[in-house]
Amino acid sequence: MIIELGHFALAVALVVALVQGTLPLAGAARANAAWMGLAAPAALVQCALALIAFGALTHAYVTSDFSVVGVFENSHTAKPLLYKISGVWGNHEGSMVLWIAVLALFGACVALFGRNLPARLKARALAVQGLIGFGFIAFVLFTSNPFLRIDPAPAQGNGLNPLLQDPGLAFHPPMLYLGYVGFSVAFSFAVAALLEGRVDAAWARWVRPWTLAAWMFLTLGIGLGSWWAYYELGWGGWWFWDPVENASFIPWLTGTALLHSAIVVERREALKSWTILLAIVTFSLSLLGTFLVRSGILTSVHAFAADPTRGVFVLMLLAAAIGGSFTLYAMRAPAMEGGGAFAPISREGGLLINNVLLATAAATVLLGTLYPLIADALELGKLSVGAPYFNSVFVPLMTPLVILAGIGPFLSWKRADLAGALQRLKLAGGATVVIALGTWVAAGGDLIDLAAGGGMALAGWLAIATVTEWLGRIRASDGALSWKRAAQLPRAAHGMTLAHLGMAVLIVGVTGASAWKQERIETLKPGESIEVAGYRFQFEGARRIPGPNYSAVEGTYRVFRGEDEIALLTPEKRNYLQPPQQTTEAAIHTTFLTDLYAVIGDQDGDQGAFVARIYYEPFVPCLWYGVLLMALGGLVSLSDRRLRIGAPRRAALPAGAVPAE
Amino acid sequence: MTAVAAKRWPFLVPLLVVAALVGIFGKRLLDVQQGADPRLLPTVLLQTPFPEMDLPPLPGRAQGKGTLGIKTSELKGTVSLVNVWGSWCVACLAEHPLLMELAKSDDVPIHGIAWRDEPTASARWLAQHGDPYARIGQDPRSHAAIALGVTGAPETFVVDAAGVIRYKHIGPITPEIWRDTLQPLIASLRP
Amino acid sequence: MMRLVLVLLLAASSAGAVNPNERLGDPAQEARAREVSKALRCVVCQNETIDESSAELAKDMRLLVRERIAAGDSNEQVVNYMVQRYGDFVLLKPRFTAETLALWLGPALLLGIGALMAARRLRRAGAQAGVTQAAAGLSAEESAELNKLMAKTNKDQRS
Repeated sequence: MIIELGHFALAVALVVALVQGTLPLAGAARANAAWMGLAAPAALVQCALALIAFGALTHAYVTSDFSVVGVFENSHTAKPLLYKISGVWGNHEGSMVLWIAVLALFGACVALFGRNLPARLKARALAVQGLIGFGFIAFVLFTSNPFLRIDPAPAQGNGLNPLLQDPGLAFHPPMLYLGYVGFSVAFSFAVAALLEGRVDAAWARWVRPWTLAAWMFLTLGIGLGSWWAYYELGWGGWWFWDPVENASFIPWLTGTALLHSAIVVERREALKSWTILLAIVTFSLSLLGTFLVRSGILTSVHAFAADPTRGVFVLMLLAAAIGGSFTLYAMRAPAMEGGGAFAPISREGGLLINNVLLATAAATVLLGTLYPLIADALELGKLSVGAPYFNSVFVPLMTPLVILAGIGPFLSWKRADLAGALQRLKLAGGATVVIALGTWVAAGGDLIDLAAGGGMALAGWLAIATVTEWLGRIRASDGALSWKRAAQLPRAAHGMTLAHLGMAVLIVGVTGASAWKQERIETLKPGESIEVAGYRFQFEGARRIPGPNYSAVEGTYRVFRGEDEIALLTPEKRNYLQPPQQTTEAAIHTTFLTDLYAVIGDQDGDQGAFVARIYYEPFVPCLWYGVLLMALGGLVSLSDRRLRIGAPRRAALPAGAVPAE
Repeated sequence: MTAVAAKRWPFLVPLLVVAALVGIFGKRLLDVQQGADPRLLPTVLLQTPFPEMDLPPLPGRAQGKGTLGIKTSELKGTVSLVNVWGSWCVACLAEHPLLMELAKSDDVPIHGIAWRDEPTASARWLAQHGDPYARIGQDPRSHAAIALGVTGAPETFVVDAAGVIRYKHIGPITPEIWRDTLQPLIASLRP
Repeated sequence: MMRLVLVLLLAASSAGAVNPNERLGDPAQEARAREVSKALRCVVCQNETIDESSAELAKDMRLLVRERIAAGDSNEQVVNYMVQRYGDFVLLKPRFTAETLALWLGPALLLGIGALMAARRLRRAGAQAGVTQAAAGLSAEESAELNKLMAKTNKDQRS
């Protein structure tokens, strides 16, 4: 009964989305207030219905209602509750319902919090949200319906893939969707602005909080996925340039560019067509990612089951949404140029270069990801593009970007004094050289260690430059005054500092993990030890232990540094029953900046000897700290009072309104 | 180009890129819908000589065939099929009846490479399901499989009388595949 | 659904897969073998090297790599051996050929186009700023003076 309710709710949502997507658009064109006024209530209703549908589906999973096809295929009574819930989105159909729910949720938020928006813009933006929702609800109802029943209901389900029964991975899709789908708001606003024929500072200010929120969630979502891969896949890797990893990373790159470009529109009403393009492109890339994962034309660890019919539907959705918006862009954007003049050396100029570098990086990763597909389709042969390619093209693009990110905050708007800025960066520059040389020497002084030196130097440059800038703003003659100044700085300024620092910390992680990782693989009998990087791992033996839906072999390793025992690691090798699969659970001990990582391998002989794989992973925790810092920066920026007050009305500016930022 | 057009054409580029990509994706989807599997790795060994190998025979076969291993020189002289299989391979069982029929009709010799298999397991499997093979070579460590660029079982090669690989079929052979592709090819390779 | 299971089965039962008993005795040769293995794609996996994968075929390929190195092949010869049999697909880093021209030159080309567009935009924006000043009837010296003053003011108001 509840399932039918959910199914019905989704069907009604389809109609509501259609109404939301058409009437307000027509109303905006004809200045019909009644039709325009339909947008917000429709968005709220669509959200409620989508949540009901999602709730109904979740209920079926939680109660293990195997008469529902999706539950039968993906769940099992022995699964822990958390994974029964996360099983809802662990498969294609359910994850699409989550997608729709998040989309509707964002639409409702715009309806609720966008009270200060001009009526036409609001109506058009919500209408575009509605159209997107309509497309995806239709996709679910007609090709990927999770509410179908089977009769007679089986007594037990097929279970969820053991890999997905993991806390990190349970939250990875929702976080990712909040990001991906969150960029739909920027997309809708951009299309609405194109329809309106006008982009201005007020528009950029309205778009900012939505873009920030989406970016923050996407950052966390990608970080979660990477973290999961690190501790689950068992050899300490954390990024593989896998096609679907790339599919989430590319919109992150353009989303970052969008965030920065929108600032220029907000302050100086320049770079308008860039910003509009980035807003459209970012969500389009989210749609592309959705297509690639579900259509079966790309093979990847992440790919859902291949189904070409679904692929055709999504492709048509893509063609309509992306093709339509780019057509609109080609027609309207040329008229949108203009805006504040600025000198080449200025903050606007710097942000323009920022746009170019990030967009090129995104295009490059996209090229590498799609190239095998394109080559195969054009009958140029079957080739593969792996991590070595991406590393060799991505790093050279990111390097100037990181250097620029250190200088940029020192540049003033309109016309900047580059000499003065570089003068203030003397300390940072000097420290960078010292760090580069110091790292190179400490690492061994070989040619290959140059890369490590370079990486640490970049991180040092960015960190010191960022802190220098922040201090420059708040420093005063006495400490108390400094803190007062810091408190009075707009939150967005702190946000920027945190986010750029996060980036620096991330680079430390990337450099350390790539350059100084050590691995030892040996067969150990109980009592024997291996040494890695000054740590001694002593194998105590292995035993069998049962789990809720698996049986496992658990190994015990005592970790010593010198004479002190610092950790007890218990990695496992699990055999799941339904579906039958073996997974490894690594045991990780994190000292503040290093991970000690142990995996138990196969048994070797009958003497209780097991293969042990020990990894020394320096600076890997910095990867996660960096991601968290960046997301925190986003959150802090989001909490900026000026974004909550809302944009000032165009007609009457309250006295003393526009702050110094 | 007029001034207006000169200004406008860069704005068309995103649309053109999207159109091209949609076209490519569409073509690819159509291919997949018509049965192409994007994960299949087509062979690069067409029109190249069958790799040199000398695989030990499989003992325990009926009718005294337990001494017939696979030696590349012995493949020459007649068109033959070389089938990579294993007792662990479920899909091989699916094509087995067809192979038995082909063997019975004595149209073309079928040789088998027992890939990554225990000899006793292979022999038992053949005793249970039938033995269509003329020669069988054991390949416990994938040397032959790798030499042939094999990625899974079953895979079947068409080798002509000069010992040149003319075709590779990935996956089980269905009656349609035999009738529409393999049989005509084999006929055309005979003088 | 089953295909999803199969896909993940192949990929994720890996735990970085070289076993101690696969290793060559000579550490230099073993290091070379690891290097070569990391450059070869596991053809039955999703996006793994034969060094990482625990698939059976990957293990056999690892062993074959070691055999050939022990037999005296150079790294390049071993890689070529695999490419001759599996095609360019087995290489993780595509070769620079006519087919991959767009792939390897693409990024530089895109950057070049982006840089050109940015340069055009910057020049136009700069000219606009200059034009505004000229329109106001300032001489060259007054312009320079104004620029310095503006830079200073902007610096103070900077955020």
